[in-house]
Amino acid sequence: MSLHLTATVADRDVDVSFDVADGCTVALLGPNGSGKSTVLSVVAGILRPDAGRATLDGATLFDLAGGTWTPPHQRGTGLLAQDALLFPHLDVLDNVAFGPRSTGASRARARDTAMTWLRQVDAADLADRRPSALSGGQAQRVAIARALAAEPRLMLLDEPMAALDVTVVPAMRQTLRRVLDGRTAVIVTHDVLDALLLADHVVVMDGGRIVEQGATRDILARPRSTFAAGIAGLNLVRGRAEGSGVRTPGGLLVAGMPDDETVHEGVTAVGVFSPAAVSVHLERPGGSPRNVYAATVRELEPRGSQVRVRTDELAADVTVPVVAELGLAPGVEVFLAVKASEVAIYSA
Amino acid sequence: MASARTSGLPRWVLVPAAAGALFIVLPLVALASRVQWGSFWSLVTSDSSREALLLSLRTSGTATVLCVVLGVPMALVLARTSFRGQALIRSLVLLPLVLPPVVGGIALLYTFGRQGLLGETIDVLGLQIAFSTTAVVIAQTFVSLPFLVVSLEGTLRTAGQRYEVVASTLGARPTTVLRRVTLPLVLPGLAAGAVLSFARALGEFGATITFAGSLEGVTRTLPLEIYLQRETDPDAAVALSLVLVVVAVLVIGLVRGRSNAL
Repeated sequence: MSLHLTATVADRDVDVSFDVADGCTVALLGPNGSGKSTVLSVVAGILRPDAGRATLDGATLFDLAGGTWTPPHQRGTGLLAQDALLFPHLDVLDNVAFGPRSTGASRARARDTAMTWLRQVDAADLADRRPSALSGGQAQRVAIARALAAEPRLMLLDEPMAALDVTVVPAMRQTLRRVLDGRTAVIVTHDVLDALLLADHVVVMDGGRIVEQGATRDILARPRSTFAAGIAGLNLVRGRAEGSGVRTPGGLLVAGMPDDETVHEGVTAVGVFSPAAVSVHLERPGGSPRNVYAATVRELEPRGSQVRVRTDELAADVTVPVVAELGLAPGVEVFLAVKASEVAIYSA
Repeated sequence: MASARTSGLPRWVLVPAAAGALFIVLPLVALASRVQWGSFWSLVTSDSSREALLLSLRTSGTATVLCVVLGVPMALVLARTSFRGQALIRSLVLLPLVLPPVVGGIALLYTFGRQGLLGETIDVLGLQIAFSTTAVVIAQTFVSLPFLVVSLEGTLRTAGQRYEVVASTLGARPTTVLRRVTLPLVLPGLAAGAVLSFARALGEFGATITFAGSLEGVTRTLPLEIYLQRETDPDAAVALSLVLVVVAVLVIGLVRGRSNAL
């Protein structure tokens, strides 16, 4: 049940093309407003793109050049949104039975199916409740069961955990991991853990375009877009390859270790390094070969025993005593240093 | 009702507010004070009164059903679609709300009457509409349809389409979505609209007397009966008026009880 999608939505400036292999889950990442939800709406049939075509398991979802448009109820695409949106006039069991009932199952049969799916998401004890009597996490569990009971060929999840209390997110993620296993699915998320635990592949969008895609592990280990580097918790500078480093558009040369045979003089390349490899100084440091940048502290963010120091472009992880000793605070002018051996350079 | 929080309103606002409330309540008190309680029951149950009341209930009931049958699809189209000229159509649908009923009656006469726009067609079918009970129902439906459409369209817009979208992704055909999601969700608004339409139909006078006339047992509804009795038997008119006041109070109670649509 693989998905092939190409779509252009002109008034939202979205133009994408990607595939989801049979049984794979793809995480759609990107900043707010990058067009992720628009893509899901197009696949679900709620939004009509201006051009493009999509097939699911060989069946055409739409083909605007050929004038084909399959309405949402015939697509077999289940949609799970931030809000559970359980039908308020039906109890939990009938909510979950809605899909099977709509596609012709008898009432008894539909309720059997519904009960099976409620058990799958550990919500069987909620069957008799009204949606208004559920917590956010419970409601979202029921919504998952409802979507799956309709036997979708493709699951679309639009930030399914964004509206939940943080305390219930880990359990919900486990449930999703279990029910999505072996299913074809697209999940829109902001959370690196969702990408790592739920998705085989990652598609990163920015400004309505796909800026990179690939296997989750590769993307997070070797990001080529600022957004992917951000969610992987890495620093990323972009520029052109020069010698063994990257020259940024601002003219700065970042020396590093080109660990990729595709890095040739002049190609677009990125330098990626961990915030832990960055040291913070009040005076310009001398000595061993390293990269030094002047920067202004914007934000301090506690992370366990470390403090993440954010400047406009780069982040550094330092210990609490260092913060106290240097008197770091937003607005303080500092020098950031990173050894060339800590910077991975590869083509972008 | 009594809340500890101060309203922030200047005190003097209470004076015109109280005057306004009095203005509405006082005539009802005056009406009740003129009722001859001794003969009330016999007046209300006289042959002509009973016939008028039953005719009113029958025609208003039929008109309400017609309003639901025609008004629900109208409200759905207005709330869920967009097309050129929609704003114009919406304004035209509201017209009977603001039109003097007697004008509506004349318009209906020139539509369904013998000399009217559809008169010949109706003649061919062997029907005679003007000055019949059918005419009463038509007049009542004409004036009360906007109440249902406006009330239901508002409810549909407030309810939004999010549940309908979810239902369609679960495999429900548009008709199934309408039957199992849209209509159940707006049921309170639909009920409120139907009750309002019924009340408007029950009180209908101008369009009815113009288009349907005042034939006892055929087109003479309760408001017409009250108007005629006023000349000959004021006590009967007062008694029947009180009956309509009671019905109106019940209607308001029903709408308030079922929803907060008003």
